[in-house]
Amino acid sequence: MSVDTTEQSVPTPSSGGPLVRLEQVSKRFGDNTVLDRLDFSVDAGKHVTLIGPSGSGKTTILRLLMTLTEPDEGTITVDGERLFPASEKRRREVRKKIGMVFQQFNLFPNMSVLRNLTEAPVSVLGLSKDEAEHRARELLDLVGLADKCDMRPGALSGGQQQRVAIARALAMRPKVLLLDEVTSALDPELVAGVLDLLRDIARSTDITMLCVTHEMNFARDISDQVLMFDSGRILESGPPEKIFGDPEQERTREFISAVL
Amino acid sequence: MNWDWNAVSDFMPHFWDGLLVTLEALALGSLISFALGLVWALLMRVPTRWVRWPVGAVTEFVRNTPLLVQLFFLFYVLPEWGVTMSALTTGVVAIGVHYSTYTMQVYRAGIEAVPVGQWEAATALSLSVRRTWTAVILPQAVRRVVPALGNYVIAMLKDTPLLMVITVLEMLGQARLYSQQTFRFTEPLTVIGVAFILVSVLASLLLRTLERRLVR
Ligand SMILES: Nc1ncnc2c1ncn2[C@@H]1O[C@H](COP(=O)(O)OP(=O)(O)OP(=O)(O)O)[C@@H](O)[C@H]1O
Ligand SMILES: [Mg+2]
Repeated sequence: MSVDTTEQSVPTPSSGGPLVRLEQVSKRFGDNTVLDRLDFSVDAGKHVTLIGPSGSGKTTILRLLMTLTEPDEGTITVDGERLFPASEKRRREVRKKIGMVFQQFNLFPNMSVLRNLTEAPVSVLGLSKDEAEHRARELLDLVGLADKCDMRPGALSGGQQQRVAIARALAMRPKVLLLDEVTSALDPELVAGVLDLLRDIARSTDITMLCVTHEMNFARDISDQVLMFDSGRILESGPPEKIFGDPEQERTREFISAVL
Repeated sequence: MNWDWNAVSDFMPHFWDGLLVTLEALALGSLISFALGLVWALLMRVPTRWVRWPVGAVTEFVRNTPLLVQLFFLFYVLPEWGVTMSALTTGVVAIGVHYSTYTMQVYRAGIEAVPVGQWEAATALSLSVRRTWTAVILPQAVRRVVPALGNYVIAMLKDTPLLMVITVLEMLGQARLYSQQTFRFTEPLTVIGVAFILVSVLASLLLRTLERRLVR
């Protein structure tokens, strides 16, 4: 299987720094501090996995990067561009570089599978209908659903829907792909197919990935770096061999053995 | 009871005229209420309350005053301000505007029923505000509200006889005119009663077809 998204030039941050950077980012909901002066950055092309107990703030980080929510403090930059504060116009430009796949797929049920993949490339990137459909068919081929073009998402299995959602995100040729527990809404027998697809994308493209997952084997396979979260802070981070093999923190060890 | 078939056939030409006017009022009133209701619903979502507040107040007022009063107002007061419309136009506008304050609530519920994940997916794909509404949110919202809109079409049909009071000769107006001239009441009233039922059944069928087409 070859992945077409490699066609895009190697993502190089325009300002030379890391592609994604969070500095002293805090987020509170009422008096619940969800993220506490968080610092981390991700270099272009790297695959970073976020693990940690429920409620530790992993989803919140991805939502901040996608500008679905705003931080209370700190700066977030993507490709050298600050997200908060920024005009809605600027933010929309930055969003084009970011793709997101949701736990619940969030495909558009009123459109065919093909239109789900062509809508944004046509209306946002300005591709012609033909170009967009060509790109969409290649991606559907990649995710193994070329024959489902004309179906409505509702007629597909959960695993198929999630593969369409991944293809839809890739159709925008983002530099960064955000994945939030993309297999946790799936029936167990459908999980492997989606994870294999993501492994393939991680291996064969230079797309940067931020991935929240409870699938530890998958995290070990694709990650350059693993971030262990606890109560809105990074408890420890490192390459997967270290985090999964010989973590420094007892808490990390406990969490990993509990999930495995 | 004395039923006279001759009176029925005598009334029929007037009935057809009345039916045409009723259908016209119903169709145009429905269109106005569907379109305007959507406009109200969208304006109520504008971030500035300088838009939301007046729209909310006006629609609340229209919804809570009788259609009959509104008809009289449009028919007798507007001309004093220099706005003149035919009686039928006045009636259509009154019905359409009145019912738009109901359909706006239907649309609002339909829009709110679209899962938040759909908005988030649209944002994640950088869709423009306009595209988010026209390609993602409204198609899903409208599909959900067709049955509820259909109920208001039937309600509007049952309100069309009110147009009689501003001299529009819809079905009831024709029946009354005929009765006044011939002193026969049973036949014309029975004919239009049956016609109201038939029209409402046909309208329901039409809307059901539309619904099926949309839900596909
Ligand atoms: N919109 C919101 N309003 C209030 N509280 C929220 C909101 N979104 C998230 N939270 C809270 O923020 C905290 C972190 O949530 P978040 O979803 O980021 O956790 P998570 O690490 O993704 O957890 P999980 O593994 O269960 O998905 C939780 O305590 C949650 O209750
Ligand atoms: Mg989460």
